[in-house]
Amino acid sequence: MSSSNWATDFLNQLNNAEFFIVPTLMNRHLTTAGQSDEDIKNNNAVLWNIESKHWQQFSQYAIEQNLRWVAGWAEHAETLFIVNACFEREGTYLLLRTHVNNESPELPSQATVYPAANRSERHTQDMFGINFIGHPDNRRWTQHKAWAVGSYPLRKDFPVQGEPQAVTPPDMDYPFVKAYGAGVYEIPVGPVHAGIIEPGHFRFQAVGELILNLEERLGYTHKGIEKIAEDRTPESLARLAGRVSGDTTVGHCWAACMAMEQAADIQIPPRASLIRGILAERERIANHLGDMGGICNDVAFVFAQMQFTRLRELCLRTNATVFGHRLLMDRIVPGGVISDLSAASCALITQEISQLRNELSEIMPAVDLNSSLEDRIYTAGYLLPEIAAAFGTLGYVGRASGQNFDVRRDSPYSPYDQVVFKVAVENQGDIASRFWVRYKEILSSLKLIEQFIAQLVIAQPADGEILTEWQPPKAGSEGLGIVEGWRGEIVTHIRFDTDNKIARFYPRDPSTLNWPALEKLVLNNIVPDFPVCNKSLNGSYSGNDL
Amino acid sequence: MNWLIAILQTALFVAMAPLLAGWLKWCKCRLQNRKAPSLLQPYRDLLKLTHKQPVVSKQASWLFIATPYIVFSATVLAATVVPLIAVDLPTSASADVIVMVGFFAFARFFLALAGLDMGTAFGGMGSSREMTISSLAEPAMLMAVFTLTMTASTTNLSGAIAHVINEGMVLRPSFVFALPALLLVAIAETGRIPVDNPATHLELTMIHEAMILEYSGRHLALIEWASQLKLMLYGVLIANIFFPWGIAETFSAEALGYGLLAITGKLALLAIVLAIAETLFAKMRLFRVQEYLSFAYLLGLLGMLSHIILEAAR
Repeated sequence: MSSSNWATDFLNQLNNAEFFIVPTLMNRHLTTAGQSDEDIKNNNAVLWNIESKHWQQFSQYAIEQNLRWVAGWAEHAETLFIVNACFEREGTYLLLRTHVNNESPELPSQATVYPAANRSERHTQDMFGINFIGHPDNRRWTQHKAWAVGSYPLRKDFPVQGEPQAVTPPDMDYPFVKAYGAGVYEIPVGPVHAGIIEPGHFRFQAVGELILNLEERLGYTHKGIEKIAEDRTPESLARLAGRVSGDTTVGHCWAACMAMEQAADIQIPPRASLIRGILAERERIANHLGDMGGICNDVAFVFAQMQFTRLRELCLRTNATVFGHRLLMDRIVPGGVISDLSAASCALITQEISQLRNELSEIMPAVDLNSSLEDRIYTAGYLLPEIAAAFGTLGYVGRASGQNFDVRRDSPYSPYDQVVFKVAVENQGDIASRFWVRYKEILSSLKLIEQFIAQLVIAQPADGEILTEWQPPKAGSEGLGIVEGWRGEIVTHIRFDTDNKIARFYPRDPSTLNWPALEKLVLNNIVPDFPVCNKSLNGSYSGNDL
Repeated sequence: MNWLIAILQTALFVAMAPLLAGWLKWCKCRLQNRKAPSLLQPYRDLLKLTHKQPVVSKQASWLFIATPYIVFSATVLAATVVPLIAVDLPTSASADVIVMVGFFAFARFFLALAGLDMGTAFGGMGSSREMTISSLAEPAMLMAVFTLTMTASTTNLSGAIAHVINEGMVLRPSFVFALPALLLVAIAETGRIPVDNPATHLELTMIHEAMILEYSGRHLALIEWASQLKLMLYGVLIANIFFPWGIAETFSAEALGYGLLAITGKLALLAIVLAIAETLFAKMRLFRVQEYLSFAYLLGLLGMLSHIILEAAR
């Protein structure tokens, strides 16, 4: 994708408006950053520094340019805060950065223009005490009552162990949106649910069974991942990243390692990147199978659920045999991977692929022809493509609502730059569409794995390197890891401190952008259809809460 | 002697209900390619629950604690009305099918109140849904049952079953409509798929389970047992009204033994049919239930009409 055309035009436009931006290329694709044409083509991420007073104004220009809001986070340096926002268009990433001073830090809010930035800015506000001026909804978000009002955990003077009280007070008095009127009633659901799922609170306003409004209250799985990442070694950070969200362990671990490898300017062996690709696709297949089963289970179509769960289990068992871990945790390390694939393992995976294809070709017609299932999942939980675009919805949720974006295709990283595959996009936007997009993604993942294995077997010698030696990066060097996890685009920013230590780790799970879409897609559905709507989106609580 | 058999039959009813639930679960598991739990698992679950201390909210009124006992007793009393292995029992003679429907309504009334008692959102939601569904299910059920009682010219179940046996194997157009009507109602009333899902953990989709979400320990055991009993009651009703052959007409040991064998076989078959249906269908959208029950009512009505037009003139 020849990228930089829009970026150059945009830059000229902004500099004409007196933004005075000097662009820097991000070392995204592991070539040494330079200014040659080849480098510009390969490094599809640029860093723009702007003044803080232009922060909100920039977002207005950006939305006119059809830039997608990707992620926002802050860093605390000695005397100032560095605030970052990441944007994307046509596969080119733009990292916007500004500096805010330590005394009474404030910044004009971009959430006024980009609804997607809303919760992220509230997170930054709770964590750093940076006041976002003009924010449409500046209620606390990540901050429950676990730490005192006015103390900001991600500032460097806040102790890592926190200031815990003997008993953590419950999250009382959160000002939920209210609805009044005859026949309107409130249903509080969670944070503890009857099933074995993560905690999160949902507040419904309903008339009879019809949902008038849904408000999410997340943050119950806040683990302080950003704080405990500080001062870690790269190996230890990779392990932590693998636990941001247990079901996306490969995705997050890969994104973190990619960011660290960029910062350290090291290149991983081709064999390692092929194995990373196989790991990521296997994670995608297993989770999609689980989700498809989950959707069936939520409408009490247990037969299909059992079949999908069985297939997922077979997949996980092969993982245990081949890679030594069912969920593929800690297989990816900074510099490469730790489990190699023998010829026998490749054969086993290939054989499993054809078996999975056979089984799916038997189950899917049975699912497709079941009119009672069809009746539940068609037209329910409809997400308008415009809303999906406004919230920057990612992965299968976005792609089922016409958001034609996939990092693997649009901003390819190794090994995806060497393969061709189809990205499933639909405009239907309902539960059924999210179900079928998952199925199509499984099929294309199977093809991808076959291509990776073919390359492993043919092009690479069996004893190829899988790990590059780690080089401690300079203090202050940073990296932006962007991969397509099974839920969608994962963006991870890492900055190094002195002595090979981590100064800042911010992983942006796709759930962060997908959760707000749930509040919209359940509107005009009935209360008992909420669980299946929620399952069709299946956001990660842990990945959102950090 | 008659009274002794009547009491024994009711005891058998109560004792066998968990077995039927276990068998149904076994069939469903096998149909889903799963290993099934033992047939005795429902008994173990009930026993386990009785060992647990019930947790009762401070906000609960006497209603909450009384309801499990009321529901269980009412369901057991309903069971005395339905002939299980023998007809012409004194208990069956003293109460008819309308009383049985009344017992069910009585139990449901208290269950719905108990759902509201704690003031939780789920309990109220469950009670509201249960009442919506039962207001549609009860007329449909009565319509189906009246088709039968008009054929037999009695609302007494014992008498009606005896009448069907005496008439011999006749294909009645009215029964062709009444049987599916009663099957549909039975599925709705016992909270099975596609109306309700007894195995779900999703509070927002629950109907029956939402009402009893706050119950634990022996209270929950009683309510679970009552639901199993209700499932069996409907099973026996369908089996013995439409296929009464094998039921004991005299109280000899041999006849009673055959009666027991017959009803066991019939219930086992019925459970298989139910398990297959539950495997084939997803749960329907809540607002589809009214169409479903209206259809059941319509079938009942057609049964009644075909009785009047085709059979009553004879």
